[in-house]
Amino acid sequence: MTPKPQTDIVFDNVSKFYGEVLGVNRVNLSIPPGVTSLVGPNGSGKTTLMNMIAGLLHPSRGSVVVCGVEPDDAEQFFRMVGYSTQYDSFPRGLTGYEFVECYLRLFGYSAKDTQRLAWEAIDRVGLREPSARRIAGYSKGMRQRIKLAQAIAHRPRVLVLDEPLNGLDPLARAETIALFQALAAEGSHVLISTHILHEVDLISDHVIMMNQGYVVAEGQIRGMRDEISEHPMQVLIRCDKPEYLASQLFGEKQVVEVRLHADRAGLLVRTRSAEGFYKLLNHIALNGVQIESVAPADDDAQSVYEYLIGHEESTR
Amino acid sequence: MTPATHSNWSLWMRQILAIMRIDLRKTFFAKRGLWIYFLAFCPEIPMVGHWLFSNQTDALANDVQIFSGIFQVFYLRVAIFFGCVGIFSNLFRGEMMDKSLHYYMLAPVRREVLVAGKFLSGLVASVVIFGGSTLLQFPAMYWHHGRELMHAYMFTGPGMSHLVSYFTAAVLACIGYGSLFLASGVLFRNPLIPAAGLLMWESINGFLPALLKKLSVIYWLQSICPIAMPNPRGNARNIMALLVVDIDPAPAGLAIANLLLIAAFVVVWAAMRARKLEISYGTD
Ligand SMILES: Nc1ncnc2c1ncn2[C@@H]1O[C@H](COP(=O)(O)OP(=O)(O)O)[C@@H](O)[C@H]1O
Ligand SMILES: [Mg+2]
Repeated sequence: MTPKPQTDIVFDNVSKFYGEVLGVNRVNLSIPPGVTSLVGPNGSGKTTLMNMIAGLLHPSRGSVVVCGVEPDDAEQFFRMVGYSTQYDSFPRGLTGYEFVECYLRLFGYSAKDTQRLAWEAIDRVGLREPSARRIAGYSKGMRQRIKLAQAIAHRPRVLVLDEPLNGLDPLARAETIALFQALAAEGSHVLISTHILHEVDLISDHVIMMNQGYVVAEGQIRGMRDEISEHPMQVLIRCDKPEYLASQLFGEKQVVEVRLHADRAGLLVRTRSAEGFYKLLNHIALNGVQIESVAPADDDAQSVYEYLIGHEESTR
Repeated sequence: MTPATHSNWSLWMRQILAIMRIDLRKTFFAKRGLWIYFLAFCPEIPMVGHWLFSNQTDALANDVQIFSGIFQVFYLRVAIFFGCVGIFSNLFRGEMMDKSLHYYMLAPVRREVLVAGKFLSGLVASVVIFGGSTLLQFPAMYWHHGRELMHAYMFTGPGMSHLVSYFTAAVLACIGYGSLFLASGVLFRNPLIPAAGLLMWESINGFLPALLKKLSVIYWLQSICPIAMPNPRGNARNIMALLVVDIDPAPAGLAIANLLLIAAFVVVWAAMRARKLEISYGTD
């Protein structure tokens, strides 16, 4: 066996079964520093993989080592690693600031250091003002960002983020991606999972693709943007004035189709150009529509797999 | 700034304090924990009621017997037992249900330290609540006998030593039951099932052979109580007989040592199992 670099996140023949159910199977990876995205449809094993990196799950077979340290060695490991999980849950009753501060205390920092690090992280995600309020009153996007603040607060070298862009509005999404890139430029590992294809090349060059528990492709993927624009995609937008938003979107050239969602609190939009569409949406959002969330609606395994693996073979 | 330069023990102490800071707040101020306060302080209600509304004053010796009955039958076996189910099994299982346990497991805290911190949080909370109530039950029970008689009972008679014994029994009940329910929260998906099992085991304790008797919490607790259970009379006899069997008590010192030993064993075991604990909140 060739020795893997001490700077990488290394999976050595890792499998995880939940009883009979396959989580991931025979994963071999060596992830270098920089921004890496882990892409795959729901249920493909992204969360399982990330939970094993952080020791929340133990591999049924194989081993995971991060920069030469195993997650079992919690005291050393978690000074180096920060993980924001996909679980949208928080300890009861805490304000945003208390949440970040409480968990920094577990590191053993003094009150003064804790305070400084907590504010630094909260400022980085742009939540200074709401941090005095209880998390229970936060929007989904704010909850995502306070979790991010908690994960980066101790300045980890390795940052693992499970679906961190889920539920962010377009502006926060762009800011957050810029934050990832800044963190990576400081020399960190930033591993991000997403089931949203068009986000992938906004985020990173290095991509790991998963499907049904297997890593199906890994490497540098460039020029995805153009390919994506050939592929109409569907987006679900939740906002306060869906009818008004629909009327604004009709007739825009990127928009192929607009439908009101059955619950009348959102709409489904089919678009040809993700990037153009998000620019457009930003513009409309500035004119007084409160957009609560934007999420892609095609996340079935088939479309992802076809797009990522079968595209070239199937169209040429 | 780097905590790694401190010795391990000082780091662990800080971490335990940080865990207690988070958990004590959750335990003391949780709305869903209100029933625990009710359970803890409900003996005071009839005691104070008796004092306010009954004009006949029983002999103090009688009340001493009644107190002993309430404490051993209700307080140790029911109130503290279920209070500890509520407090200690929530430490792990409750956080699993809230999906907030992973936050502790993503901090640079050894699982052993996490278990110790959580156990101590539960212990502080339960001792404050149940130990505090035990101390209050004394004046609630005896105040109506008047200042002088109560003073005589407390300071010339055996009152003070009784109080110390009851308080010790309450604290040890929190330690003993607490350790068991902490462990069941680490080990079982539904901690109510092992709690029901333990309740059964503790209830039939009086009928067990001597060796098995000693594998329980209640046997040792009763050994610490200053007065043997009051002898039941009349109709109550059959029901009481289930709970009150001659226990041939162990010496208090031995009882205390054994309880601490059992609890230490259980907590260490829970800490070992916690290393294998996985976060599995179910699929979202
Ligand atoms: N706790 C669990 N128990 C049983 N099966 C699970 C559990 N967690 C995940 N799975 C299964 O493992 C597979 C991978 O899931 P997951 O890692 O959550 O995928 P993703 O994050 O890519 O959506 C899915 O088939 C899922 O149903
Ligand atoms: Mg997932």
